[in-house]
Amino acid sequence: MPPAGRRLLSLWLPTLATDRLGAVTRPRVSVAAAHGSLTVIAVNRPAGALGLTPGMGLADARAMLPTLDAVDADPAGEAATLAALADWCGRYTPIVALDGADGLLLDITGAGHLFGGECRLIDDMTQHLARLGYGSRAAIAHTPAAAWALVHYAGEANAIAPSGNEAVALLARLPVAALRLAPEVVLGLRDLGLHRIGALFDLPRAPLAARFGALTVQRLDALLGRHVEPVVPHHGTPTHRIRLTFPEPISRAEDIAAAARRLLEALAVRLAKEQLGVRRLDYALYRTDGQVAHARIGTVQPVREPRHLLRLLAEPLAAIDPGLGIETGIMAALETMPLAPRQLAMDHASPDGAPGAADDGDLGLLLDRLGQRLGSRNVWRQTARASHIPERAVRPVAPLEVSDRTGWPPDRARPLRLLARPESIQAMALLPDHPPVQFLWQGRAHRVLRVQGPERIAPEWWLDERPAATATRDYFILEDSAGQRFWVYREGLYPPPTGTIPRWYLHGFFA
Amino acid sequence: MPSSKADLLARLAAKIGALERPGMAAGRPPLPFAVPAIDRLLPGGGLARGALHDVIAAPGGEGHDGAAAGFCAVLVARLMAEGRPALWCHGRHGLYGPGLAAFGLDPARLILARPWRAADTLWAMEEGLRCSGLAAVAGEIGAIGLTASRRLALAAEASGVTAILLRPSAGENAATAAMTRWQVGAAPSLEPLAADVGREPPPWSTWDVRLLRARGGRSGAWRLIWRHGALHDASDTLRPDKAVPRPSLGRNLRQIPGTDCDHGHRSLTAAAATCPPIKTGRAK
Repeated sequence: MPPAGRRLLSLWLPTLATDRLGAVTRPRVSVAAAHGSLTVIAVNRPAGALGLTPGMGLADARAMLPTLDAVDADPAGEAATLAALADWCGRYTPIVALDGADGLLLDITGAGHLFGGECRLIDDMTQHLARLGYGSRAAIAHTPAAAWALVHYAGEANAIAPSGNEAVALLARLPVAALRLAPEVVLGLRDLGLHRIGALFDLPRAPLAARFGALTVQRLDALLGRHVEPVVPHHGTPTHRIRLTFPEPISRAEDIAAAARRLLEALAVRLAKEQLGVRRLDYALYRTDGQVAHARIGTVQPVREPRHLLRLLAEPLAAIDPGLGIETGIMAALETMPLAPRQLAMDHASPDGAPGAADDGDLGLLLDRLGQRLGSRNVWRQTARASHIPERAVRPVAPLEVSDRTGWPPDRARPLRLLARPESIQAMALLPDHPPVQFLWQGRAHRVLRVQGPERIAPEWWLDERPAATATRDYFILEDSAGQRFWVYREGLYPPPTGTIPRWYLHGFFA
Repeated sequence: MPSSKADLLARLAAKIGALERPGMAAGRPPLPFAVPAIDRLLPGGGLARGALHDVIAAPGGEGHDGAAAGFCAVLVARLMAEGRPALWCHGRHGLYGPGLAAFGLDPARLILARPWRAADTLWAMEEGLRCSGLAAVAGEIGAIGLTASRRLALAAEASGVTAILLRPSAGENAATAAMTRWQVGAAPSLEPLAADVGREPPPWSTWDVRLLRARGGRSGAWRLIWRHGALHDASDTLRPDKAVPRPSLGRNLRQIPGTDCDHGHRSLTAAAATCPPIKTGRAK
């Protein structure tokens, strides 16, 4: 059943393809090759006024208007423009969906009064878009299909459908094409004398579905709200969102930061009520020229402390170009997680009263800042994993992730540094299965004076995943004449079963 | 009254000390090495907390900086002993948890960061040094200028977090704002080389450590061994007459407590006899 009082706004930008190239007063069309000739895809307002319509050949259009300005259609560019406009429409409601190639669908349920009523909202939107150079038309109705039908088929003006039965009466007068059906279905309906949507209301459903397809009935239901069409937002729905419109456009960095602080404080109050913290945050700045600048941050653990979030925002905000000014700022929590009133402490045993040990909020902030600048994958900790293969014995975990505190077996000598990828070395051994007496690494010879080993490590063949080591390794600790200690291994047993010569690798450095 | 006069003198001495060595201020007791020969040369009897310390890999090592990294690991582990975590910004070669654990460093409390540029390393270190929730910040960096090192030193001083720079041998001559500068290189294990493979003890981490510069202290050189979870001074084995292979080092290790001026002095001269002359020049 449809949610009571659902209100949807359909925005149609019929001249998007030409408007996006800049406002011109001369007739302009965009063209694309179709059926071996250039066809007009979109026309701007002056061209439309002269009787040019989408679908006509460019040659015909040129015949009507020799000086016509024709540009190539750019579907990718138009899609990007539409997405940017969807972003811009975020000032009205967080739920904005792309609707076809030249339309947007906004769920404005409960948002109308913020702008002084739906009438004001729709005017504000189209006037703003006109100032940005986009011709647009909008309609508001109780279902997405009804709003779409009204915006495309209810004439030149913006339309607002009343709620209830009056809306049904309004919709009944629209042509059947407003049901967004395929052209052949529309023709079929017309052939039967069914020109208006209202004519379909009283027809029996089963024969209608059998004759014109289930989609026709579905569209009719969607139009009337019997079948609820969801609005899938273009960007994910933020869980919490706070908007601040400035009386005057702001552009100074301090003002933008001050606005961010106000928004974060308000957000923190709301999050605290629900015991939530932010994991991902978006600060959207709506510029007067219609661009939307975003400052986005992520945190390693849920946070709602405004000071913390503000410091994280400082870096992305520094890169933001305010243009001629910013009129609206929206702080949106894109992802939240439960956060108890007290911030969690890192899993270390901090002795009570140790200076600074209780100050874990600082640590969380540090980790967030490090992760933001260096990449969260480059800030980590190591924990033990039960594996004999050296490179598998360490598991990276997020800095604040709670991990079990099992250690490594202390009886095995392990290097201080482990090479990410073992380096091939040339080793000389007196006998094939002896440790090397000399090895060559990076072009330098190291004479081995002391040796410990071998420690034999067999591949973990019982693991399902791709084994880290494919052959048995014999590890040796070698100390060269300078006292430097290296960890090397011979891959494969001696004598080799397959006749290949076992190779030597350097895998780490001891202190 | 004589007692009040003594009090006054003590207070003045503390004040002057604080002015001379800012790291000593604000009730931050220095971190002793538990190696008397070293602690004796350092102002306050240990490594100043909330200050910048510079550890340089010994030149000529045509291999790796493992010895210097191990020395840093020992320092960081000792600084972390109070329970606070530490940050280590490493370079191309990462650190290996089991190897860190061997130096008493709990990898679960060591936050590793991998900055890709030197500027990021400096930035990350400075951020870390501002965070009083950390015990120490170690950073591996090629070269560092006086200004950059002064920034780190100031940040360390303000928060009380100890900063440790780990640098390759190149560029060691540049002046820094570090409180101490160390040079650490690998030294041959003092264990006798057993003829048969597989029965000998592990080659203990043995380092030639030189204190090149210490503000308010003196320079020195030692041979240190990391063994049984502690640093031991093995400098006297450098003496020519004692350098013969011995079955076990345990008897000859200088033990942690007890200060022996004579021994310390001897080990220094002994080290000087075998090591090339030490430059103790202050930054000009």
